[in-house]
Amino acid sequence: MSVDIAPLVMSPPPSVLQGRRQPRWALGASVVIAVVIALASSVFTGIDGVAGTAVVAAIAFVVIYIGWSLRLEGRRHATDRFATTLITTALVCALVPLVSVLWTVLERGLAVLNLAFLTNSMRNVSARSTGGGLFHALIGTIEQVALASLVAVPIGVLTAIYLVEYGRGRAATAISFFVDVMVGVPSIVAGLFIFTGLVLTLGLPRSGLAASFALAILMLPVVSRTTEEMLRVVPNDLREASYALGIPKWRTITKVVLPSALAGIITGAMLAVARVTGETAPLLLTTFLTQSVNTNPVEGPQASIPTFVWDQITSGTAASLARAWGGALVLILFVTVLYATARLVSWWFTGRRGMGVH
Amino acid sequence: MTTHGDLVARGSRAASTSSGESLGDRVFRGLTLSAGLFMVTIMGAIAVFLVWRAVPALNNNSGSFFTTTSWLPDQTPPIFGIAALLFGTLMTAGLALLLAVPVGVAVALYVSHYATPRIGKSLGFVVDLLAAVPSIIFGLWGLAVLMPNTGGLFKWLNDYLGFIPILQNTTGIYTKSMLLAGVVLAIMILPTVSSVSREVLVQTPRMDVEAALAVGATKWETMRMVVLPFGRPGIISAAILGLGRALGETIAVAIILSALFEINWRITEPGGNTFAANIALKWNEAGTNGIPALVASGLVLFLITLAVNMVARLIVQRRRTKEGTR
Repeated sequence: MSVDIAPLVMSPPPSVLQGRRQPRWALGASVVIAVVIALASSVFTGIDGVAGTAVVAAIAFVVIYIGWSLRLEGRRHATDRFATTLITTALVCALVPLVSVLWTVLERGLAVLNLAFLTNSMRNVSARSTGGGLFHALIGTIEQVALASLVAVPIGVLTAIYLVEYGRGRAATAISFFVDVMVGVPSIVAGLFIFTGLVLTLGLPRSGLAASFALAILMLPVVSRTTEEMLRVVPNDLREASYALGIPKWRTITKVVLPSALAGIITGAMLAVARVTGETAPLLLTTFLTQSVNTNPVEGPQASIPTFVWDQITSGTAASLARAWGGALVLILFVTVLYATARLVSWWFTGRRGMGVH
Repeated sequence: MTTHGDLVARGSRAASTSSGESLGDRVFRGLTLSAGLFMVTIMGAIAVFLVWRAVPALNNNSGSFFTTTSWLPDQTPPIFGIAALLFGTLMTAGLALLLAVPVGVAVALYVSHYATPRIGKSLGFVVDLLAAVPSIIFGLWGLAVLMPNTGGLFKWLNDYLGFIPILQNTTGIYTKSMLLAGVVLAIMILPTVSSVSREVLVQTPRMDVEAALAVGATKWETMRMVVLPFGRPGIISAAILGLGRALGETIAVAIILSALFEINWRITEPGGNTFAANIALKWNEAGTNGIPALVASGLVLFLITLAVNMVARLIVQRRRTKEGTR
């Protein structure tokens, strides 16, 4: 019997169940031919530059690759390959801006970033002259973001605790819904609210403090949402074990549930901080710009990195635009450090505690 | 740590209250509930304060708030209206949505169904990084990098597709246009669109996908007939959430648009203005009637984004409850 099977295994007969397929090297070959065509045609058509060549190459690629597939495999497979091409192109389209943004910020930011840029303010530096720095803005941003976290993190965490541990009925549904909707409040509206509510009505001066309240409003829903997610993954066994020992609910939450979810909560808070650090619009409405250092967030004009960048862009001179890129780089570094720390915290805690954070 | 004595004492105290809830519990519960209610109050307070502070300007406006295209609230008599702002906001956000939704959904499809899980996860993370880039940096980048590099493309649109009215350009200037702002906004809302759709698309039942493949469907047919229909509510809410973000985006738009008060359908010409950008640009020069007028326009923006976000959340919620009952 085995004698009969052996030849079948060695050389299978042409299967009638599978149609003809494009060889695997078709993709690579089509790319190469398309690029060659694009480069060659640029001599005749005059279309040059990276973008133009890429477009011609893409069109040539689609014609060759899809046309080949259409002839060989039929319409269905050609459509499939066309869709794959489109989806991959879309991915590239999504990544190009990211790379371009990061590259430009690095390239132009590094040109002005040095110790003097970080330790000098813009005091007595005119828009046209080079030099100066963003020390005043760095101080402002750190203070404003810290104050905002001081307000937003406790309230956000408490809200999440209510939603996860107590939340039943209409109040919980309403709170949950409004937290969701609050995520979508435009940052400029948060600025308008603080201005109309606190500055116009309660007489709080336009200051770093007013700015941090505006930032806090933007942070609140983010902190609350991430904390909620973290509290939900704390196993119920932990809570029940604690109740079984006769420990009241509030002690269970503060001593068992919160410590278990601590890493996630810290991560969430840091991500929220990273998100509001670059906010410009609410700061423009709630603070006055200044070129000098002001360490007092309660009164007087206070700068911040985003408003510093805005100020330098609107000045519009070559020197000020260079400073704007420097500010952009510092902003990106600031946000990156926060993100990295958040990742590190969650990784460190997950490794040690074995709790599922992400 | 809690000692045994503590526990006994607390236990007896708990038993002594009629509700079975100790004082500590009631206080803590009250504390968390008030934090939650604080959030609701803030949303209410935003509406109340914006309305209250907008009314004076609305009362002495000699133009029509909804149909006037000029913005002169500090003139006597004040004339201002949001027509141009509304048009510009909807147009730029609409363009952004038009560009971001196909790309975002394609990215979500790639990440969830085309790439290997490992690559998909890291690609998803990389696209989400776009969300971490502050708005002002996108504005700066749009002005310094994108604007010089899209002029040729926009000119091409005019030269070859100029018979379509909105792509026509009568000025010969291809900078600071609504289309450019739309492209930047599209890049900014891309992570929102792609991550929300991805979350839904990865939940497509494996069985359904494999069943489609087993009966001989190609990958794309599987996507079109199984994955995309399953993810449709998620994709719709992703688009609406992206729209909400695009409508309220301020600084990037303020940097890119050349803030003109007119309704201009030709999207490659300089011009256009949005609610948010107008508030940021006009804020420091606004006088006693200018500020309330800007607050009034902010109120309209708030109501629009509120409605948009509520719709998105309701779609998500309806889907959640549907799943719950299944």
